[in-house]
Amino acid sequence: MKHTISVLVENEFGVLSRVSGLFSGRGFNIESLSVAPTLDPDTSRMTIVTRGDDRILEQINKQLNKLISTIKVVDFTGEDFVERELALIKVSTETENRAEVLRIVDIFRAKVVDVTARSYTVEITGAPAKINALLELLRPMGIKEIVRSGPVVIGRGVKGVAG
Amino acid sequence: MKKTGSQILLECLQLEGVEKVFGYPGGAVINIYDDLFDSPIEHILTRHEQAAVHGADGYARATGKVGVVIATSGPGATNTVTGIATAYMDSIPMVIICGQVPTPLIGNDAFQEADIVGMTRPCTKHNYLVQDIRDLPRMLKEAFYIARTGRPGPVLIDLPKDIQVASMKFSYPDSVNLRGYKPTVSGNLRQIEKAAKMVLAARKPVLYVGGGIVLANACEELLKLAEMTRIPVTTTLMAMSAFPQAHPLALGMLGMHGTYFANMSVTECDLLIAVGARFDDRVTGRIDSFAKKAKVIHIDIDPTTIKKNVGVDLPIVGDIKNVLSTLTNKLLERDDQIDELQEATQDWITDITTWKKTHPMAYKKSKSVIKPQFVIEKIRELTDDDAIISTEVGQHQMWTAQFFNFTQPRTFLTSGGLGTMGFGLPAALGAQVAFPDRQVIDISGDGSFQMNSQELATLVQYRLPVKIAILNNNFLGMVRQWQQLFFNKRYSQTCMDLPIDFVKLAEAYGATGLRTDKVDEVESVIQQALDTPGPVIMEFKVDREENVLPMVPAGKGIHEMVLAS
Repeated sequence: MKHTISVLVENEFGVLSRVSGLFSGRGFNIESLSVAPTLDPDTSRMTIVTRGDDRILEQINKQLNKLISTIKVVDFTGEDFVERELALIKVSTETENRAEVLRIVDIFRAKVVDVTARSYTVEITGAPAKINALLELLRPMGIKEIVRSGPVVIGRGVKGVAG
Repeated sequence: MKKTGSQILLECLQLEGVEKVFGYPGGAVINIYDDLFDSPIEHILTRHEQAAVHGADGYARATGKVGVVIATSGPGATNTVTGIATAYMDSIPMVIICGQVPTPLIGNDAFQEADIVGMTRPCTKHNYLVQDIRDLPRMLKEAFYIARTGRPGPVLIDLPKDIQVASMKFSYPDSVNLRGYKPTVSGNLRQIEKAAKMVLAARKPVLYVGGGIVLANACEELLKLAEMTRIPVTTTLMAMSAFPQAHPLALGMLGMHGTYFANMSVTECDLLIAVGARFDDRVTGRIDSFAKKAKVIHIDIDPTTIKKNVGVDLPIVGDIKNVLSTLTNKLLERDDQIDELQEATQDWITDITTWKKTHPMAYKKSKSVIKPQFVIEKIRELTDDDAIISTEVGQHQMWTAQFFNFTQPRTFLTSGGLGTMGFGLPAALGAQVAFPDRQVIDISGDGSFQMNSQELATLVQYRLPVKIAILNNNFLGMVRQWQQLFFNKRYSQTCMDLPIDFVKLAEAYGATGLRTDKVDEVESVIQQALDTPGPVIMEFKVDREENVLPMVPAGKGIHEMVLAS
């Protein structure tokens, strides 16, 4: 089962490799990982998407907590949360399909952030499923390059994860 | 007054109560060694950095204090890795200081540069690269705190040369503030109440005890609990010295080379109380047949060990000393029920007694050839109760666990988790440094001994009277045993056919060497070694193809033991 986990860590030397090394060393899987500092510059927040059964997830949770650099671990599975990912997509365009690409971009409320005579670079933000849907439609037009940030999540409601 | 990084390091070590360090100098730690010249800290110069780490490890296992190591950058640092991994697997508190190339050169493939922080990340409890001298006192304070608290373990500090030379006004922090590290000490009271109820309701209970009991210094609490409830105790390799093995409640070791009665007790029990143990595969055998009739209580300070390998009915996270004494007190509140428990478990005790009688721990005695088990029994007979025994890894290690009736905690030093050949000699060295007046014996095989035999020089230099018993079968015996049993006797690369003269080797280093191949000389050789000042090698030419039995073949349940070859 897919799990999305937020990990608050000390924003210090080597912390990313501690976390990623833990996953690779113990044979846990990482589908995506994104990391950036929080309001407190001494703290970073990682969002990790992983897969595994309950036993594996319990281990992932405990092993992450065991790292000295880990301050807090939140598994959002089963919680109500907002999930967003950003993607930048470079699409090659010919005269005949330039309008069609723009229409699709418009429908998805994405936007064009760079344009040349033969390409558009499209920016889209949304749940990973939305990005996948856009990619499916753009694929026949000829995607030259794609960059995805990996999802980040935040819980719904007033309660916050401090840090 | 300003102090340099290397002066600060040594001062911090003193403030942490460090009296002895093990190490090896080099270019990237030359400043530290210069200051060490004037320091009251005693430095033990081993002949290899790996041995320095095992030495500090043996020192830590024997004393319970944090072992400290200093090594230089690059190859010095990489040589420590096996030692650090050994300590990590067995949760031994240790601080390793490695020199590093100056910070501006890091990443440049400088001479003797290695990314030791990267390399040791998976085998340390935590590690640090000091990038600013102002962080040094805090990092040292944290390193010792992390190493000795919670589930102990090694912590490495990588200290670049320019930081050793830099200077600042020194003050040592009074406390540590680690947001992400707050080990649970007291067990959850409600869980402990439940455990007490489960104990009182059990009819076939067994205590399964691991190395955590030694680390927590909770052996007295264990004995009290076991005797009060009359619950039999099986110990893992790491806990053989934690419970008096001659005690009527002792079941000896369980698992792959465990006793028949320990393995049967675990298989048949209705309550398994795991204490400071981690359900290692060498203990459980085939996991789905391990203690499958039992409810499981698991007491451990490290939450990750709980439900890692087997399901647990009642987890209790906390310091074992604390949890066991609370549990004992809870049970004492119901002492009438304890009498009932003892009555209700009488049949169980009878079953176990029968197993002990029908399948005792034994070996085929011989008058013509020295049986390795016989040597171990004789060493037990002739040494003091507080003698410290270390082993290497292999058959001799298992025989020592099986036949050496340990009576006191911290008297058995062995590499359990990682299974590091070459551990025993330097570990014995470290223990002898800690206890110059106690008997320290390394029980070894001819294979393992050669992995760190250079440490004879260290023993002689520091007049450390370690006695080394080499059970020489000219084989890598444990691998040979597997080849015999599972690979059709194809002894691929396990025969060490070069007959090394260990007596001459001892003499070359200035130690004493003794040798025998006669059964009736075993006792006199051991006695002579014990009576000889300084380090002594005793070489026993033993039965070459003796096997460690019982044995649970890989993939089998622990009740499916091979009892005879």
